Amino acid sequence: MHADAPAAPAADLSTEAANVYVRPTVWQRLARHWAVRIGGAAMLLLTLVALAAPVLGTVDPTLFDPGSRDLLPGATGEITTLEGESVKHTFLMGSDSFGRDIHSRVLYGTRVSLIVGIACALLAVLLGVVAGLSAGYLRWLDMPLMRVMDGVMAIPGILIAIALVALWKASLLTVIVAIAIPEIPRVTRLVRSLVLSIREEPYVEAAVSLGTPTLKIMFGHILPNTVAPLIVQGTYICASAILTEAILSFLGVGLPTDMPTWGNIMAEGRVQFQQFPHNVFFPGIFLAVTVLAVNILGDGLRDVLDPKMAKRA
Amino acid sequence: MLSFLVKRILATVPVLLIVAVLVFLLLRLTPGDPATIIAGDAASPENVAKIRENLGLSKPLLVQFGIWFGNLMAGDLGESYFFKMKVSTLIGQRIEPTLALSFCTIVIAVLVAVPLGVIAAWKQGGWLDRALMGFSVMGFSVPVFVLGYLLIWLVSLKLALLPVQGYQRIADGFGPFIRHLILPSITLSVIYIALIARVTRAAVQDVLSEDYIRTARAKGLPEVRVLVGHALANAAVPILTVIGIGIALLIGGVVVTESVYGIPGLGRLTVDAVLARDFPTIQGVILFFSFVYVLINLLVDLSYLVFDPRIRY
Repeated sequence: MHADAPAAPAADLSTEAANVYVRPTVWQRLARHWAVRIGGAAMLLLTLVALAAPVLGTVDPTLFDPGSRDLLPGATGEITTLEGESVKHTFLMGSDSFGRDIHSRVLYGTRVSLIVGIACALLAVLLGVVAGLSAGYLRWLDMPLMRVMDGVMAIPGILIAIALVALWKASLLTVIVAIAIPEIPRVTRLVRSLVLSIREEPYVEAAVSLGTPTLKIMFGHILPNTVAPLIVQGTYICASAILTEAILSFLGVGLPTDMPTWGNIMAEGRVQFQQFPHNVFFPGIFLAVTVLAVNILGDGLRDVLDPKMAKRA
Repeated sequence: MLSFLVKRILATVPVLLIVAVLVFLLLRLTPGDPATIIAGDAASPENVAKIRENLGLSKPLLVQFGIWFGNLMAGDLGESYFFKMKVSTLIGQRIEPTLALSFCTIVIAVLVAVPLGVIAAWKQGGWLDRALMGFSVMGFSVPVFVLGYLLIWLVSLKLALLPVQGYQRIADGFGPFIRHLILPSITLSVIYIALIARVTRAAVQDVLSEDYIRTARAKGLPEVRVLVGHALANAAVPILTVIGIGIALLIGGVVVTESVYGIPGLGRLTVDAVLARDFPTIQGVILFFSFVYVLINLLVDLSYLVFDPRIRY
């Protein structure tokens, strides 16, 4: 029996086996890294907050009550429900100048920020991968495509996003697309450079000589080897997209003002900032903590998944 | 050497050309009629017709681009619909505050970040190193506008040390001019400090492991001269590169900072133009910012010749 043969000597070596270094799996290494733990835990918590927003002492974030305008954090007041009845409500983070509950708006804003961040990261990575694979593998496309990417990179990203949102009607979809577009060139460059080095590997050469179709080589042989750096890059894009969305909304050129987003809450609060700084600070703290968590997670992922890049930075 | 200069300068031409094409296409390739988009929802048919005539929308795309690009080359960025004046004049009027703010920010950032980065690299793993790396992640995560309001609240409202908002022209006296610039510059410089300090630390760390550093120490050179004369001098190129690349971050930050502090510069102009759907102005400002960005990076490339005598093209 073949299976028994190696087992016999292993029993004799059992004392020695304890000293043999077993390389931990990727998941084990990720779970042991402090930055992945902290960033991941914070992200998990924020996701829970976003999902559980309705049961965390909130009311509908669009509800307002003229009698409860400009309340300080912790004050109790009334709020009119959609059915028109007044209910007592504690404004944990105060209220704005329309009498809306900042606490509810901030918690529901978590949903918007997480959706925008994740969707932007996925979209930018997806389009960047297609462009990068094409540029790296199709020689005739390389030059023109990369020159266009150079052009996009020469325009400060936030200006592209602002201009695109201004042209399109502002909605969740257009904001996501507008923020993702300026992020594409960086992903493209990363994928292209990875492809250029991977395509010289013997296993790709072998696949080519076996007559494997180009598409299959691109997606089956080359793409899997770009996954780790892309996860890292995607995490950073997520952080910067959350920040950019807040900036756009804050400037008044982002999501529609009736949507509860952190940027919108701050934009509404800035008018009365001198008397009521809490309207700006509560969403600001949530925004800063979220972006920090995603960035820390990104640093951790980079250390574990992409040690070459970690050394460079 | 001369041929390098010429080549490097010529290399920016295609990038700028592509930027011009992209900025031109931004409006034309938008789904829907550009004239209607510009005129807004409440525009009269005559108004739309006039804008269509102005943009030459009835002509083929290539001809439109030819006319637009010809004007651009002659320094004509078109006429602002909202401000009722030439876009170039408008940019000229708004440039002083933005230049002053950017200049102060870069000076503060370099003066703070470079020494911090060098010391962090020197005492690698020490408390300052750890604090700096922590600060650097924070700096990337705290939104410019949250930081801005925090500083206004603390320094201007609570401590009453500096003016809350606004801008004073340098022609009206240097004292008030600087007092109005201190907070905006500090606000804007934080992310830039985070970026430069991180790269300085990494670059100096690399150099410090070189043999010539050991030699310099062995021959009894004072540590300060080892760090500044040998380590920093040899780390200059990556530091300069990141200062150049960081200009994109700076431009994005200028747009936000000017809005927070009520500074009537180009950043504020961008937001006003977007809110007024004033597309000639949006195009003009984007072109201007991109041109500055490309130009600064060209200067950075050329400065390698001065800072690194090994580079001889």
